[in-house]
Amino acid sequence: MKRVQFEHSTIPYLFIAPQIAIIAIFFIWPAGQAIHQSFLLEDAFGLSSQFVWFRNYVDTIGDAAWLQAAWFTTIFSALVTFLSLGIALLLAVKANEVIRGASTYKTTLMWAYAIAPPVAGLMGNLMFHPLIGDLYKFFNAIGWDFNHKLDSFDAGFVVVLIAVWKQVSVNFIFFLSGLQGISKAVNEAALMDCKSPTRRFWTITFPLLAPTTFFLMVINITYAFFETFGIIDTTTGGAPGGSTNTLVYKVFQDGFRGADLGGSSAQSVVLMIIVLALTIIQFRFIERKVHY
Amino acid sequence: MKNINWRLASNHLILLIGVIFMSLPVWVAFSTSTHTAETILREGLQFWPGSNFIETYREVMFEEAGVMKSVLGITMLKNSLILGIGFAVGKVIISMLAAYAIVYFRFKLATPLFWIIFLTLLLPLEVRIIPSYEIVAGLGLLDTNFGLIVPLIASATGTFYFRQFFKSIPDELLEAARLDGASPWRFFVDMLIPLSKTMIAAILIIMFVVGWNQYLWPLIMTTKEENYTLVIGIKQIYQILSEGGELPQYQKAFALTIMATLPPVLVVLFFQNWFVKGLVESEK
Amino acid sequence: MATVKLNNVKKVYPNGAEAVCGVSMAIENGEFIVFVGPSGCGKSTMLRMVAGLETITEGDIEIDSKVINNVSPADRDVAMVFQNYALYPHMTVRGNMAYGLKNRGLAKAEINTKVTEAAKMLKIDDYLDRQPNQLSGGQRQRVAMGRAIVREPKVFLFDEPLSNLDAKLRVQMRIEIKRLQRRMGVTSIYVTHDQTEAMTLADRLAVINDGRIEQMGAPIELYNNPKTLFVASFIGAPHINLIPARFENKKLVCGNLKLSGFKNLPEDIELVLGIRPDFLRPDTKGQLEIQVDLVEQHGADNLIYGALKNSSNDTELCFKTMQNTLPDIDSNLKLKFEQKHAMVFNKSTGERLI
Repeated sequence: MKRVQFEHSTIPYLFIAPQIAIIAIFFIWPAGQAIHQSFLLEDAFGLSSQFVWFRNYVDTIGDAAWLQAAWFTTIFSALVTFLSLGIALLLAVKANEVIRGASTYKTTLMWAYAIAPPVAGLMGNLMFHPLIGDLYKFFNAIGWDFNHKLDSFDAGFVVVLIAVWKQVSVNFIFFLSGLQGISKAVNEAALMDCKSPTRRFWTITFPLLAPTTFFLMVINITYAFFETFGIIDTTTGGAPGGSTNTLVYKVFQDGFRGADLGGSSAQSVVLMIIVLALTIIQFRFIERKVHY
Repeated sequence: MKNINWRLASNHLILLIGVIFMSLPVWVAFSTSTHTAETILREGLQFWPGSNFIETYREVMFEEAGVMKSVLGITMLKNSLILGIGFAVGKVIISMLAAYAIVYFRFKLATPLFWIIFLTLLLPLEVRIIPSYEIVAGLGLLDTNFGLIVPLIASATGTFYFRQFFKSIPDELLEAARLDGASPWRFFVDMLIPLSKTMIAAILIIMFVVGWNQYLWPLIMTTKEENYTLVIGIKQIYQILSEGGELPQYQKAFALTIMATLPPVLVVLFFQNWFVKGLVESEK
Repeated sequence: MATVKLNNVKKVYPNGAEAVCGVSMAIENGEFIVFVGPSGCGKSTMLRMVAGLETITEGDIEIDSKVINNVSPADRDVAMVFQNYALYPHMTVRGNMAYGLKNRGLAKAEINTKVTEAAKMLKIDDYLDRQPNQLSGGQRQRVAMGRAIVREPKVFLFDEPLSNLDAKLRVQMRIEIKRLQRRMGVTSIYVTHDQTEAMTLADRLAVINDGRIEQMGAPIELYNNPKTLFVASFIGAPHINLIPARFENKKLVCGNLKLSGFKNLPEDIELVLGIRPDFLRPDTKGQLEIQVDLVEQHGADNLIYGALKNSSNDTELCFKTMQNTLPDIDSNLKLKFEQKHAMVFNKSTGERLI
């Protein structure tokens, strides 16, 4: 905190009020509603509701469809995080090394950040379209019986590919900035201590990138959990058979399409708890090791 | 000597592949959008621009589309702009005010309020989506710009960016201002805001992109087609264009995609330095 | 232990800027060479070319009679101490010192012995398990040196290593570096902009200006016998007294001042008379008269500054005195110099004439 501060009774409250007000109305209240709703079971017409304690929760965790979505979310997040971080790191390292054309490369690799996930999803959808999609034709041509509408692995492939594609830009920007933050002198000292560039990368550069990597992991996992909603909604819609449902998507489907308010609220709350737990784990155990 | 050349060549190769990987989809989308529907059906996706550019884009912007045939491309563009700009401006104002209060004042509820704000970072909209919808509907705010923009501003990202930034401003500045008799409001207006110019610009740019690209929330709370933003409108329209009785109009679908992408991409390209700076400053 | 040779080395940057313009020198085994000069003169560039951190545009550099222009830095067997220490932030002191040895494939036990030995020599053995961010500037400096020592290289390179330390620490470390180098006998090249460091550390000194060597030799040689005005001005503290003059009618003329005892000087050009402050003495028969305006008391010796009277412009002179009676401000004083201590330079070329 700053050591010099104003001592005032009303002004800070006034300044902070707008944000708190919005948070109260559009965050706390809905969150509270979600929790409240998760303990209820509504009848078919939404006319009356019954307090059922934790039954919704039990049903959720025992539900095969929910477990499938949880499983898919885990694998999906891991793949998207790992792949988009890996690709972005590779590109950032190379972009940092070349001199000629560096700024052109950087610009063209960065701008995809501005594309909305659903838009990326729609573009991907058309590229995989049975009638006109080149990618669809390509995969079938090389012998992979590709049909993402029917085969859950193919569907998963499409969704992962698009999600990774979109996220590479953000990771690239941060990795590049992290690389440039490593002092030139340290790099030169490494040049004199170590002949092999690969070895230099893994013993000096990569450890020094750890704070950036950690930060990006948090961002990427959040992205994979939540923002990919747009991608899934515009490509597979969770199909076939709910195999590409992420937990968030399932909340949406059950709540809005399926009108199962109790169940989807319970799922929301469970999701909240998972995210909180993940965040705590990340910050408690990893963050400390990663800062110098 | 030879070793250096090999390495350099492979670096460029990798970067080129990366660039192609990232740019190709959008390039193909653009090229395909400039051809006629027949061409596309016959030959598939196009890699080179065709001659139908003006035709396609004119139709997309100015002809009615959507199930009810009530929304024009240009209307959706307008809605997206309102969302993007409104969101960005709203975010900046609210965050700056809140960050100012947190950093520069000692007051009783400071810590709990700070944690409440922090909490919003962990739990994005998607998790509280249904009750949020009900509340907004209950307040009669469905299909309104207010209802569209305001609930989105709740999250703490902007506040944290500004908090970091304010913390980096030297204490001496406040001390000098106090000696000069500045009230908290004056200090904010005369000192902090001018000093924050680059930060404000960077955040405005990022938040414009974020706002423009919103999907889930606009999807849920707009029920009338004329309120669609580009980003959600295209999904609905895609379905019609691809499956409606006549020839599937893929070129229009792609054209809409390009339009949905263009403004944020242009903003990012033109203001690249500010935008990167803003993104990177946020590393908590 | 090695010899280092620079053969007409040039460094030209892609934008055409010439940082080093054809420098040659031969450094003997175990010599402590100092490159000294103002900022931007090219001394660091020269050092970095020996290290392999800058490419050599023309000419070559030999270590132990082998041309190393195209050898990678890690293979040249040179170790460098950087101005900002450049310690690896994520490794402990031990890790920092062991890194280079590990990469060269030494056995763990051997690495341990070397690291412990070097740490003891530099008195950092208590910090071996600390991280750089837990150390003070001086301690980090020692670790940086430890990292270089442990490699037992052919050449030590120092790039202004003491610039970031406070004055007292700087003096202390300077002495330690000299002692260490003498004890280890490793050929060393040291870059600094501080002439005191240069004078006290060097076996031989190279004064660099605009990418060229103005003069190279033992410190005392450069002090007593500077070849150019630049060297005379750069070496020696306080700064040498410079009086602009011309040679007319067999006398050195400066305003109303006419000094005899000078012979065979060119008549139509601007000259500069240089006399070091140590060689001016108050004397009633002095050739130069000043009006005292500042007295700096340094304890054992004192510096007196005054404006030269009868000169054509405002020339300030300075002289050193150990006397306990100090002149009053605004008093007039006559200063005498011996003819053998007077140096005359060509003002435009800088060449020393007498």
